[in-house]
Amino acid sequence: MSRRVRLLVFLLSGAGVAVLFTLAAVRLPDFGGTWHPYGERTLPNAIRRHTPNVISSINFDQRAFDTLGEELILMAAALAAVVILRTVRAEQEDAAGAHAYGPAEVSDALRITGYLLLPVIMVTGVYVVAHGYISPGGGFQGGVVLGSAIHLIYLAGDYPALARIRPIPMFESGEAVAAGVFVLLALAFAGQVKAMNAAVGLEVGCALVLVLAKFFEQALLVRKDA
Amino acid sequence: MADALIVAALVLTAFMATAVVLTRDPARQAIVLSGYGLALAILFLLLQAPDVAMSQTAVGTVVVPLIVILAIHAIRRHHTREPDRRGRE
Repeated sequence: MSRRVRLLVFLLSGAGVAVLFTLAAVRLPDFGGTWHPYGERTLPNAIRRHTPNVISSINFDQRAFDTLGEELILMAAALAAVVILRTVRAEQEDAAGAHAYGPAEVSDALRITGYLLLPVIMVTGVYVVAHGYISPGGGFQGGVVLGSAIHLIYLAGDYPALARIRPIPMFESGEAVAAGVFVLLALAFAGQVKAMNAAVGLEVGCALVLVLAKFFEQALLVRKDA
Repeated sequence: MADALIVAALVLTAFMATAVVLTRDPARQAIVLSGYGLALAILFLLLQAPDVAMSQTAVGTVVVPLIVILAIHAIRRHHTREPDRRGRE
């Protein structure tokens, strides 16, 4: 495609998006206004169901079916990463300690910062999951914090230690069990906000660890057979 | 006051988004993308959506740039091995 044709296609599709976006936005409620059609419907329901946090009530009770879809999307993404990024026959995977990604490779400042932050962020992650149903945060946010926090060990320069504390089979089973529990809760025991919140936290944390583990393996350990 | 803050956050977000697009080297772009994620998180926070701001900080500032950097690193490793493999065939 020549530069000119490309520009023409871009201008046409850009104009189309602009028209549709304007049409969609003109009838929205005013920015910062006091009336909102969605709020009018969700707030009374949240109060009626005695959920202390309206956001949790929407995520895990009123729209739990939407959350179920999102969880399954995340599980599919983690599954795809594990399947696509596996070590194929023409490749070999080195042992986690085979390359010198040892503490010596990293500056003291980075290593100490990593080790100091690790426990603080892990506790923050647990807090965000555990208090998710009464304060901002929740299973998803806390799960992401927990799932990414353990990678501070890599930042501190110790990849073998990171590989040791996240055994892949355990996280695969954790992911599957949490997803199964969530599906069961969403379909059979609607309204269990606390339990669903915890299941989402476990599922998201495991999924993130799995996806990042596969990317780390590709970036550091997998090589083509000589 | 609140409106001024929201306008400032919107301008910052637009500025960071432009910076992401104008950064050409993918590895540097991942770092700028992380800054853009943070600007977006501040905007969400000012619009009184702390839950979304937390998700945005965790995913947009940490996980996505990390995955991009790891992918770039993996590609570079495979590319540096490519020439000698082809030379042998």
